[in-house]
Amino acid sequence: MKKILLLLPVLLLLAPLSLAQDMEHEPWTCPEGYEGQTLSIFNWSTYIAEDTVPNFEEACGVTVNYDIYESNEAMLARIRQGNPGYDIVVPSGGTVQRMAEEMLLIPLDMAMIPNVANLIPDLLGAAYDPENTYSLPYQWGTVGVGYSTEVFPDGITSWNQVWEHDGPVAWLDDRQTMLGIAHLFLDNDPNTTDPDEINAARDYLLEKGGNVVTVAADDGQVLLERGDVDIAIEYNGDILQISWDCECDDYAYAIPEEGSNVWIDNLSIPVDAPNPELAMVFIDYILDAKVGADLTNYIWYASPNQASIESGFIDEEILNDPAIFPPPEQVANLFAIIDVGAEAEELINNAWDELLIFLGQ
Amino acid sequence: MRQSLINEGALRRNRVIRRLGSVGLWLNPIFAYFFLWAPILILVLFSFNNSRSVASFTGFTLKWYSNILNNVMGAESAFSTEIMLNAFRNSLFVGTIATAISTVLGTMIALAMARGKFRGLRLLDGLLFLPVVIPEITQAISLAIFFKVVFDWAALISGERIFPGFHTIIAAHVTFNISYVAIVVRARLADMDPQLEEAANDLGANPWQAFWRVTFPLILPGVISGALLAFTLSLDDFVITFFTSGVGTSTLPVFVYGLLKLTVTPEVNAISTIMMVLSTILIGISLAMQGRNASRA
Amino acid sequence: MPRWLSRARKNGSLLALPTVLWLVIFFVTPLVIVLAFSFMSRGRGGVAIMPFTLNHYERTFDIFFIILQRSIGLAALTTVICLIAGYPLAFFISTRRRRLVQQITLFLVILPFWTNFLIRTYAWRILLGEEGTINSALLNLGLISEPLPLLNTQLAVLIGLVYGFLPFMVLPIFASVERFNFRYVDAAHDLGANDIRTFLRIVLPLTMPGVLAGCALVFIPSVGAFVTPDLLGGTKGLMIGNLINNQFGGSGNMPLGSALSVVMMAVVMLSLLVYVFANRRDRGA
Repeated sequence: MKKILLLLPVLLLLAPLSLAQDMEHEPWTCPEGYEGQTLSIFNWSTYIAEDTVPNFEEACGVTVNYDIYESNEAMLARIRQGNPGYDIVVPSGGTVQRMAEEMLLIPLDMAMIPNVANLIPDLLGAAYDPENTYSLPYQWGTVGVGYSTEVFPDGITSWNQVWEHDGPVAWLDDRQTMLGIAHLFLDNDPNTTDPDEINAARDYLLEKGGNVVTVAADDGQVLLERGDVDIAIEYNGDILQISWDCECDDYAYAIPEEGSNVWIDNLSIPVDAPNPELAMVFIDYILDAKVGADLTNYIWYASPNQASIESGFIDEEILNDPAIFPPPEQVANLFAIIDVGAEAEELINNAWDELLIFLGQ
Repeated sequence: MRQSLINEGALRRNRVIRRLGSVGLWLNPIFAYFFLWAPILILVLFSFNNSRSVASFTGFTLKWYSNILNNVMGAESAFSTEIMLNAFRNSLFVGTIATAISTVLGTMIALAMARGKFRGLRLLDGLLFLPVVIPEITQAISLAIFFKVVFDWAALISGERIFPGFHTIIAAHVTFNISYVAIVVRARLADMDPQLEEAANDLGANPWQAFWRVTFPLILPGVISGALLAFTLSLDDFVITFFTSGVGTSTLPVFVYGLLKLTVTPEVNAISTIMMVLSTILIGISLAMQGRNASRA
Repeated sequence: MPRWLSRARKNGSLLALPTVLWLVIFFVTPLVIVLAFSFMSRGRGGVAIMPFTLNHYERTFDIFFIILQRSIGLAALTTVICLIAGYPLAFFISTRRRRLVQQITLFLVILPFWTNFLIRTYAWRILLGEEGTINSALLNLGLISEPLPLLNTQLAVLIGLVYGFLPFMVLPIFASVERFNFRYVDAAHDLGANDIRTFLRIVLPLTMPGVLAGCALVFIPSVGAFVTPDLLGGTKGLMIGNLINNQFGGSGNMPLGSALSVVMMAVVMLSLLVYVFANRRDRGA
C-alpha cells in the first residue's frame, strides 16, 4: 500500500492550473526517412481520437495497423504468447512493471522522443517504472460508476448503492480493480497477495453480485447507453464519452466515497516489435501539445501533458470537470494497481474464473 | 355390430386428430418463418432509421449507407469506416486464396476416394468428416497453439520470428474448407458414370487427356458449387479467424465483432444489410449452378 | 519410376496424398498438441511446461463442471426445440406439390443462414434489449408495465442457439422426407392403422436418419457455442466456450483451456457415437 502512496501525491498536483495561455504552436513534423513503413498499434477500445492515426499516417507517409483490446490481461496474454507483430501497446502502471519484469518491453530511446519535455514532471518516475525506461504516460483516469440519472436522480455516492440496486448492473472485466474494491470493504490491502484475503474478496463480490447481468469487457458504457443496465462500473472517460455523444444529461459518472482505482496508462514498445524506431516517433507524436490535447478532447480522459494543458488546446469544460480531473481530497482516497507477482496473479485469475462461473448461478 | 361402433369412435377421434394436425402443420411453418425472418427484417428496417434508437422508427434515411459509400468512393470519411473497408478487402483476399487452395485439395481427394482402391479409405472418410463436426472453438484454439509452438521452434532454430498473419488465417480456412469441397464434389462424382472415362481411355486418350476432356467438364458444376460454399464459409468465419489472425489482418467478421460490442450506430445495421445482400447473390449463383447441374444430370 | 510410386499412382493414393498431408499437419497435429498441453503444468505467462499433471482435469470436473452441465443442457434443449419446430417445417416444405413453391419455401429457410452468424445474433440483441424492439412493443401495447429482462439470460442464449441452428435440423429431415414414399401411409391406413400409429410406426422410423443427422448437427455446434452466449448470455448464460476463450485471453492459462477443450471434444465424440449407434440400429431394424 505504501508503495502506491508514493504515486498519489503526484496525482494530487494534477488538478490543473488552467491558466490558458495561447502559445504559438508549431505543428508536429515527422522526421525524415519513414515513408512507406508500417506501424502496428495495440490499444484499448475507444481510446483514440478519430484523426490521431490518419494525421500521423499523413505526416510520416506510413501505414498504421490499429487493433484494440479490452483489458490489460487480454493484451498481456497476446504478447506473452509471442508478440504477433505490434509496435505499440498501452499497459497500465502495474502491467508495465509486470511486463518489464518478464522482459516483454524494450527500452525507450529518449533522444528520439524530444516531446517528453511536455509531460508533467511529477508524473514521470512513478514507482512502476522509476526511470521511465519502458514507458511514458498516455492518459490517466479512474474506475467508477456510470449510472442512469433517470434511475438515480440523487446520484450515487457509495458502492453499497451499486450492490443493493434492484435492477440490472454491469461490472467491469478488470479483475484486480474489482477485487481491490472488495478489499477496501474487507480492510485489506487492495493489492494483497494473501490467498485467504483474495478468496475472501471473491466471496464478498459473489455475495454482492446478485444484480449483475454481465461482466462487461470495457463496453459497459454501451450497455448503459442501450438501457440494458442502470449502472455500469467503467473507466471514467468511457462514460463521459456517451454523455458527450448524446448531448444529454442521461448519464453521470461518480467515484464512490469508499474509494476506487486510479491508473496511468502508458505508451510502451513490446519485445519483438517489427518497427521500434517508428514506434518512438509515434510516441513523440502523441506527446505533442496539440496532438495530446486533441486526443483528450475526444476521449475525455485526463492528460499527462503539461504543454497540452497550459497551451489552452484542451477544452475548458474538460479541465474543469471533476470526473476527469478529480479534486485532491478524492484522489487521496484512491488506490493504484501494482504488480502482484506471478503467484498472486494465478490466485487472482483462478478467483476471477470462479467468480464468473458462480455469479450466474 | 359392436366392432363397427368402436371403429366409428376411433374414426371420429382420428378425424379430430387429423384436423388438429393439419392446423398444426400450417401454424408451424407460419411461426417458424416469422421466427427466422423477423430479426432480419427488423435489422434491415432499422438500417434506414433516422435516429440511433432501435425501439422506434422515427423517419427514413439513407445516411448510414452514404457514410459507408462515401468511403468506397474515396471521399473523406471516418477512421473507423476506413478500417472496416480494409477488413472487407482482407476478407476477400483470404476468401479467394483459401478457396483456390481448398478447391484443388478437396477435388483431388474426392477423385482419389471415388476411384481409389487403397487401404485406409474408411480412415480417410473419418479424417474428412471430423473437421465438419468438431466444435469451432476447439479447432480455433488448437490452431492457435499449433502456430505458437511452430513459430517458437522456428525462432529458436533460425533466430527469426515469424508473425501470424494472412498465411495463418489462410491455412486455417483451407483446413476447414477442404472437407466441404470434398463432400460436394464426391456427391457429383457419385452420380457420374465411370464408364465414360474408361471409354475415353479405350479411344486412346491418355489419363491426363481423359481427365481434362471428359471427367473435369462433368464434375465442374460440383467443383464450382464446392468452391462457392468454401468462399462463403471463409467470408463468414469468425471464431477460427479470431484466434489465428495477426496484426492488421482482421477480416470483416472480426471487425464486426468488435463493432457489435462497442457501438450502437445504425451503420452496423447498414453493413449487415449489405453483407446479407452480397451473401444472397453468392448463394443465388451457387444454386443456379446446382440447378444447371441437376437439369443436365 | 519406383514400384511403390507407380502403384500409388494407379490406386489413387498419390492423388490423395497432398490433402492428407495438409490435414495431418493442420488438423491432426494441432489436436494432438492440445491433448498434450492439457496434461502439462501452467508456466509463466500461461504457456504449458513440464511436468505432466492432472490438475486441469480436476479443476474442470470440480469448479467448471456446472458450466459444462449448463452447456450440455442448453445444447440438448436447443436440439429438442429445433426438432419440434423443424420436423413439421421440413414436412411442410417437402410436401409442397409445385416444385417452385418447394424451392422457395426451402430457400426461405436457408437464406437467413447465409447471413453472417454474428449479425444474426446481434439482431437478437436489438430485439431482446431492455429498450429493444420486443420490450418497447409490449410496453406500447400496454401488456407490461416495465421492460422484461430478456437479454443476458439463459433464455436469450437458447433463442440465439435455436435461431442459429434451426436450418441444420430442417435440411437433413427435408432430405429424408423427400425420399419417403407416401404410398406407405395409404397402405398403413388401408390396414386399419390410425394417423398416430401410422406416424409412429411408418413415417417416423423411415425419416429417422434425417432426424438423427439433424440432432447431431444441432447439438454439436451448440455445445461449443461461443459467440451466442458472448453476445446474449451475460453472467447467467455463460457457456464452456466462453471459459475456454477466457483461458486464452484474460485468465492466461493455455493448459486449462486445452483441458476444457478436450473434455468438450469428448462430449461431442460421445454424442457422435450415440448417433452412429442409433443410426446403425435404425438401419438394422
